[in-house]
Amino acid sequence: MPKKIGVYICHCGSNIAGTVDVEAVAEFAKGLGGVTLAKDYKFMCSDPGQDMLKEDIRSSGLDGVVIAACSPLMHELTFRKAALEAGLNPFLVQIANIREQCSWVTEDRALATQKAKALVAGAVARALSHEPLEMRRVEVQPSALIVGGGIAGIQAALDLADAGVQVYMVEREPTIGGHMAMFDKTFPTLDCSACILTPKMTAVGSHPNIQLMAYSEVEEVSGYIGNFRVKVRRKAAYVDHDKCTGCGLCMEKCPYKVDSEFDQGLSKRRAIYVPFPQAVPNKPVIDRDACAYFKKGKCRVCEKVCEPGAIDFEQQDSIEEIETGAIIVSTGFQAMDMTAMPQLGYGKHAEVYSALEFERLNNAAGPTLGKIVTKDGREPTSVAILHCTGSRDENYHRYCSRVCCMYALKYAHLIKEKIPEAAVYQFYIDMRCFGKGYEEFYQRLQEEGVRFIRGKAAQVWSGKEYRAIATDDTGLEVDDAQLVVQAEDTLLGKLVRVPVDMIVLTPAFEARDDAEQVGKAFLLNRGADGFFLEQHPKLAPVSTTNDGVFIAGGCQGPKDIPDTVAQGSAAASKALSLITRREIEIEANTAYIDEELCSGCKNCLDICPYNAIDFDDEKNRAVLNEALCKACGTCAATCPSGAIRARHFADDQIFAEIEGVMSI
Amino acid sequence: MSFEPKIVGFLCNWCSYTGADLAGTSRMKYLPNVRVVRIMCSGRLDPTFVMKAFSQGADAVLVAGCHPGDCHYQNGNMKTLRRIPLLRRTLAQLGIEPERLRLEWVSASEGERYQSVVNEFVEQVRKLGPLNLELDPSVERAAG
Ligand code: FES
Repeated sequence: MPKKIGVYICHCGSNIAGTVDVEAVAEFAKGLGGVTLAKDYKFMCSDPGQDMLKEDIRSSGLDGVVIAACSPLMHELTFRKAALEAGLNPFLVQIANIREQCSWVTEDRALATQKAKALVAGAVARALSHEPLEMRRVEVQPSALIVGGGIAGIQAALDLADAGVQVYMVEREPTIGGHMAMFDKTFPTLDCSACILTPKMTAVGSHPNIQLMAYSEVEEVSGYIGNFRVKVRRKAAYVDHDKCTGCGLCMEKCPYKVDSEFDQGLSKRRAIYVPFPQAVPNKPVIDRDACAYFKKGKCRVCEKVCEPGAIDFEQQDSIEEIETGAIIVSTGFQAMDMTAMPQLGYGKHAEVYSALEFERLNNAAGPTLGKIVTKDGREPTSVAILHCTGSRDENYHRYCSRVCCMYALKYAHLIKEKIPEAAVYQFYIDMRCFGKGYEEFYQRLQEEGVRFIRGKAAQVWSGKEYRAIATDDTGLEVDDAQLVVQAEDTLLGKLVRVPVDMIVLTPAFEARDDAEQVGKAFLLNRGADGFFLEQHPKLAPVSTTNDGVFIAGGCQGPKDIPDTVAQGSAAASKALSLITRREIEIEANTAYIDEELCSGCKNCLDICPYNAIDFDDEKNRAVLNEALCKACGTCAATCPSGAIRARHFADDQIFAEIEGVMSI
Repeated sequence: MSFEPKIVGFLCNWCSYTGADLAGTSRMKYLPNVRVVRIMCSGRLDPTFVMKAFSQGADAVLVAGCHPGDCHYQNGNMKTLRRIPLLRRTLAQLGIEPERLRLEWVSASEGERYQSVVNEFVEQVRKLGPLNLELDPSVERAAG
């Protein structure tokens, strides 16, 4: 039976009709093969427009519809839904984009009309070759996996767990808490970081709906939205955490010490350790690289003192498999290694600190119990804080790290609080204090007598170095223990050199070194800056192009704690809205392999980015796992036997469209 | 009247088609010679699509996809990147100037780039003149 196609040319007010002669296009459409009726109408997407469409489908028994209007990315779903309501399979609707790609971009009315006709002819030809497709429904596992236990992951985990969702949290370190656990105070309110974070960490550790897998890493991810299967490597802690009571005696007695990562190397920890006293879980792990027994085969002191007998040197890594409906990736960021900027003297001069080092130095629970002192125990009389080290810099990272201005102000305040007479200098490019209460905090600091120098620090010298190069027209007296910062003060338009006792750098936020690997595992794209890419920068900020996988926090880009927590909650709500649907519809336009035609060449197996194609050795045929297929059609383009059909974008359908658009 | 080429454009749904839409929303004017066929990914570009377009009288074919690394389906565009040179060689053997097939990366935010790609390409094809398969003696030889 010949098909009956209805064609509708939308005026979109004057958006289309102003440039395209819509009546002429409708008239033209009437003459196309297979077209039963063609109309032009003011607003097709309006309720009366849709009602007219539905009425025509019913009364004229249309079995195909072409809407020539705005982009399919705009209203394809609207018209598909309308078709469905009128009993027409939604995949029998075709859109001709005569607004974004015709009326809005073409000046000449005749040419625009001509182009619109060609696009309509293409759409009609395609609609004639359309076939009805069924949306497939799959169940959604009522659980979520959260990868990374910083504040973003913690927030997401608690939101989901409180809603009754089974949550798995995987954290690579022996404890959750992330960067926030290292901070002393948080800007601009100056609440103590541990005081607001620790209760949340404890809640994660004790929540009946959260299974915390610390000291673990995701090894492999397979499956698809609603039904992911994830392999998690539980690293051997060499301590049986079921037996361990967390008494801490082993850590007291362990004779071997190494630099504490948590304290940024400013203090020591033992070979058997928990990173910090409030760690969750609060059970120690043995660091193989530091442990004398693993290195030399002797010691086992911890074993001797452990009353419950929890030490287990024979423990091995184990693999645990979990099934989950949604995944939230919140793997965080890393601070740039400041030795990459040798001009700033980090790693060379003892009194040049990275921000995280200064956080620890300033922390009441840190290596100096919160006293701000130089490595040789003096109280500094002057401190310089250098902004944008590695950020907003063509040579390192072009982007702004978004938090440095604010924590630099926080540092100034804390230094002034502890050493009121100390001179504090801020070397800045621009002050970016955009958050709630941030500008007010900046003003407060100006009143506290902090000196702001508008200029990016270009060079740091030790006292000795400086005296060697200084031609001394400045009359600057510098002693050996001091450092000199040079910058161009752009407000005064001159070079300034300031001697100080201590320097704090603000390292750029970076994507983690393993972001590429993590991205591959979860099929996430990354931007030019290396951070994970959201699906839409404004409208889908925590979704990704991998359905069912969401991102939150520093892994998506530099951000402060409020924004990180907001994203954690946002990702949790996206995951929740997926999980509570219980069942979802997935791609109907997946590929299809015709067994008869498949020659068993296996070309498609490697080409598929989702490993959706398996090989049946017995039949010597490729087999498609439709649930994994995301309908890109790359396999169809590759198959030399034409055995793979990309549904809804099949060869014959594309051919028809080509013939159509070329017909006039 | 001077020669106005007909060009078929295969645009991937996620970046280039969206980029072309953006040119529209931003009301950027460009030449109307390209007729777009949307495909989900540039990786879907079957070589026969290009052949079909030429056989239907297209003077040139534009293929546009996401920038390397940005493909919505991981790396479909890289498959295309490798296919295009081969396809160009085949075209040359058929007597079609390889320049008549062009591959471009246009992201969803590059409306302006889409505009200039189209304008430039149309200009280039105008200079090449119409594709006339029958009249080209090398076609006979290639076919024989
Ligand atoms: S989706 Fe754009 S090239 Fe693959």
